[in-house]
Amino acid sequence: MTISGKVIKFGNNIDTDVILPGPYLVHTDPNELAKHAMEGLDPKFPEKAAKGVIVVGNKNFGCGSSREQAPIALKFSGVKGVLAESFARIFYRNAITIGLPVLVCTGISEKVNEGDILVVDLQSGNVEDITNGNVLQATKLPKFIMEILDDGGLISHLKRRFETNE
Amino acid sequence: MNIIEKILANSAVKPEVTPGEIVEANIDVAMTHDLTGPLAIKSFHQIGTKKVWDNNKVVIVLDHLVPASSVISAGLHKIVRNFAQEQNIKNFYDVGRGGVCHQVMSERGHVRPGEVIVGSDSHTCTYGAFGAFATGIGSTEMAAVFATGKLWFRVPEVIKVDVSGKFQKLVSSKDLTLKIVGTIGADGAIYKGLVFSGSTIQDMTVDSRMVLTNMAVEMGAKVGIIEPDQKTLDYVKARTSIPFNSVNSDPDATYEKVVNIDISDLEPQVAVPHSVDNVKSVSEVEDIEINQGFIGSCTNGRLEDLREAAKILKGKKIAKSVRLIVIPASQEIYLMAINEGLINLLMDAGATISNPNCGPCLGGHMGIMADGEACISTSNRNFIGRMGSTKSYVYLASPATVAASAMTGKITDPRRKMDRE
Repeated sequence: MTISGKVIKFGNNIDTDVILPGPYLVHTDPNELAKHAMEGLDPKFPEKAAKGVIVVGNKNFGCGSSREQAPIALKFSGVKGVLAESFARIFYRNAITIGLPVLVCTGISEKVNEGDILVVDLQSGNVEDITNGNVLQATKLPKFIMEILDDGGLISHLKRRFETNE
Repeated sequence: MNIIEKILANSAVKPEVTPGEIVEANIDVAMTHDLTGPLAIKSFHQIGTKKVWDNNKVVIVLDHLVPASSVISAGLHKIVRNFAQEQNIKNFYDVGRGGVCHQVMSERGHVRPGEVIVGSDSHTCTYGAFGAFATGIGSTEMAAVFATGKLWFRVPEVIKVDVSGKFQKLVSSKDLTLKIVGTIGADGAIYKGLVFSGSTIQDMTVDSRMVLTNMAVEMGAKVGIIEPDQKTLDYVKARTSIPFNSVNSDPDATYEKVVNIDISDLEPQVAVPHSVDNVKSVSEVEDIEINQGFIGSCTNGRLEDLREAAKILKGKKIAKSVRLIVIPASQEIYLMAINEGLINLLMDAGATISNPNCGPCLGGHMGIMADGEACISTSNRNFIGRMGSTKSYVYLASPATVAASAMTGKITDPRRKMDRE
């Protein structure tokens, strides 16, 4: 599986309150959540992400609350995947669960610029910056996580598993 | 093995586990609430299973927006209420029956040493105060737990935080907690476990210990845990008759590193906007003007917190420019605070008391901030927009510091306030 898109960059400790502010947690429609993605830092983010983008973060991306609505908002706003130096653990698990690829990629916050085009091979962890020619290696995802992503998230993965078992 | 490894090994029915290993744990208790519950319920129905794996092991608490703050949140409550009824969830705490989920879980005996507990709320790590492996998960993972009673975990590397020394007057566990968050950093314990130990922790009350473990997630930690002792066992046994297997670290247990902290000279601490690890001594930030004070939340809404605030506000008035919002963390605490006269005293000082719930902590309702306003709060996060406007400011501090600041309208060292008056 390959993802590609223009880069939107963010800094350290991007928390779930800026990714999806608390007052919007009452919404259950993913498209409604998407309208408020990253509103705490950039209210124009959904407009920018609509064509399909890759978010690049620095350290501790997604820290804070357990709200699964945060990765859902990103995914439905047009984010194809998030690459960062490190992730907060609940956000990381939630992203995989809802089928948003997240990769730890050391050095990405320095070697990739805002607006660059990235092509990411999720299987191998190969990250290519088409704009400046840099090639980086992200940490490969374990097989069982790749299976969840391939199935489009944990729900479809579990459904498939239950169906196969029956 | 250390306590975290021991609990995971027991839960996964393995003689031993090591850091980095992935284990499938059997879940002892699963907790959800009104903001993450509806999505978990939706996902649970999508999986296609009919019944939760064990209706006695599921706890549901309405606490984030209670009583319902809008038609939309009333709808969320209805979804959760219907699910609790349909699944015959006995431990369902509706409006007026419980309070803030982490306090309710603890005081109603749903947290027991040695257990593996998950909650679809990041501050589930609070239960580590009772020697449980407790961590926050997302809604869909909660649905998977509802369906299977199991969840995978990577056995974490563990950092031991060893604390010694005695607190100065009006310096409390919140100040120590902020000091630790400032020292370790917001990403200093990502994916890791934290064990809090040492003579200071042993001397602490159960309420005070919960402040420390509550904010473990603010350092990125998977769990924050305190070895159970007699205080733990006394607290838990008074609240449940369900048997449990309390475990402690082996004497030769290993840790990734040990952080030593001596609190003998610790001043009141304040985490300034917009990061939890942006921690300063109160003397460095005194005289910053505030518009609102908040005493409450799963971090500091317990009886000893209200007592501490009352001690400072007794017979005094808060500044005209300030509104002080006090929210006891549970019905039980609220009632005890009334019986002790604390509520009278706080109201006399000019505080507004609200029913037990999360309140303004996450910007849901009951104290939302406008552009340019500042709040000093006993809660756990000071992120951009956390309490309302993205142009507002949240300062995190102890109940004593919030009370003292409410009196002056500026961030104030509670020790100076008590000396002066």
